[in-house]
Amino acid sequence: MAMPAANQDTAAPVSLVPTGDVVALRPRARAAERARVAARQVAATVLPPLVGIGLLLALWELFAANHPAGLPAPSMIWMESREIILHPFFDRGGVDKGLFWHVFTSLKRVAIGFSAAALVGIALGVLVGASKVAHRALDPIFQVLRTVPPLAWLPISLAALHQANPSALFVIFITAIWPIIINTAVGVRNVPQDYRNVGRVLRLSPIAFFFKILLPAATPYIFTGLRIGVGMSWLAIVASEMLLGGVGIGFFIWDQYNSSRISDIVVALLWVGLVGYALDRLVALLGRIVSRGASAG
Amino acid sequence: MGKSYLSIENVGVTFGGRLAGSEVLRGIDLQVNQGEFVSIIGHSGCGKSTLLNVVAGLLPVTVGAVILDKEAVEAPGPERAVVFQNHSLLPWLSVYENVRLAVDQVFRGKKSRAERHQWTLHNLDLVQMVHAKDKRPAEISGGMKQRVGIARALAMEPKVLLLDEPFGALDALTRATLQDSVMEIHAKLGNTVLMITHDVDEAVLLSDRIVMMTNGPAATIGQVQGVELPRPRRRLEVDTHPTYIGARHAVVEFLHNRRLRAAA
Repeated sequence: MAMPAANQDTAAPVSLVPTGDVVALRPRARAAERARVAARQVAATVLPPLVGIGLLLALWELFAANHPAGLPAPSMIWMESREIILHPFFDRGGVDKGLFWHVFTSLKRVAIGFSAAALVGIALGVLVGASKVAHRALDPIFQVLRTVPPLAWLPISLAALHQANPSALFVIFITAIWPIIINTAVGVRNVPQDYRNVGRVLRLSPIAFFFKILLPAATPYIFTGLRIGVGMSWLAIVASEMLLGGVGIGFFIWDQYNSSRISDIVVALLWVGLVGYALDRLVALLGRIVSRGASAG
Repeated sequence: MGKSYLSIENVGVTFGGRLAGSEVLRGIDLQVNQGEFVSIIGHSGCGKSTLLNVVAGLLPVTVGAVILDKEAVEAPGPERAVVFQNHSLLPWLSVYENVRLAVDQVFRGKKSRAERHQWTLHNLDLVQMVHAKDKRPAEISGGMKQRVGIARALAMEPKVLLLDEPFGALDALTRATLQDSVMEIHAKLGNTVLMITHDVDEAVLLSDRIVMMTNGPAATIGQVQGVELPRPRRRLEVDTHPTYIGARHAVVEFLHNRRLRAAA
């Protein structure tokens, strides 16, 4: 609907000028039109979320203003927590650090626990997916253990490891590993018979078959597992840090709750949400790069 | 018996145990000479693909044996290269890499790296796909995928080339072009070819002999029709040739009668 109108806008002035200038003017007119189309596209993708956020903030402001004792309004949060919003990088030693450092510490824990979960999870998943015996032996154990909530693992790991930091890492590991195992196993089991036949006709050795056919064919499934796993491990770290103390975004939230600084908690939650979102996108992007269209056929 | 190049001897296949299972093939006897192009035609579900899979070694025989060049077929191998119905290219590899995987696997230790590279390109050239060598299977058309599948099979230098309804999923124009390509390659390389098809014209145009299968269960060979047309065959010239028309009629009649009996 809007396109013909834009065409008329650009065409009308051009037709008025002498023919000698038309050639020189055309490309510029076309570029202007292209810029207008691009601007409209950007507006169409950027405006709706902005409007959504604006509406949410307005409603929140309205409700919070009527209940001064409850959740602070956005304007209140800005006044009370401007310090930690604007200065995420300060470091006064101990746990008195900017939000960036808390998040960074938590992310380091996630990186270690999640990497371990990815390595062990993919290995176990391939084993369970490829071998019927291993599947029968291990699957019941997996099915029961994977339903255990992350925080229920914490007392056990504390009892076994005696220290806070390794326990937090273990909780991340054990939370993230189940979706990785299960999805990898499904991927390995679902390698199309056609690809297996190609491997058989070529007489690929078991090792060559594993690396050239099985692993690439299962890659999209593996990354589905990794994506679910990284989200769950981020949930687990925030929860387990609340109980463990020290530096970390989870403990920061707990600490602010104990000193009744609800505004700071809201700001921290925003960080947690944004970082979780970024982690999810990152793994999804990695998956797309690594699987190189393996799911398309 | 057993004197020809590829010998299928009294082959029977029963799925799910010899006593209680369902018998798919019974008493299949077929001799194929070196360089011969043989098509197997029959109604869907008659076990054509099962027979091809047996020759490929992908399925074990229940009774009988398949002997290729004096050796019994017991497992799949590159000397019996298969062009699969749905191309079966590995989607994460480029066109070149798909063929190169086969070349590396078959000629490792026999050809140098440079020779294997040349051989890969040579086979892509045979099917006119060098121009798309760096594309992934998802980026090329169905006909092109099938060409690459043929290149991959040819690159293994198989003793017998097994085509499992290779053009079944293609549109008529693409199918005709690919049939011409297969005829050219067959004329140039003299491969022994066993092709499954359900297309009568395709069978008559390409084959030296057409093997017609009865309907399952327990399908067997009903009739064999020779096609004594001189090669090279040109689509537009042969389809009015009395031999072509006669062979075509025999196959259509066979299939038609089978269909009536199946319906009754």
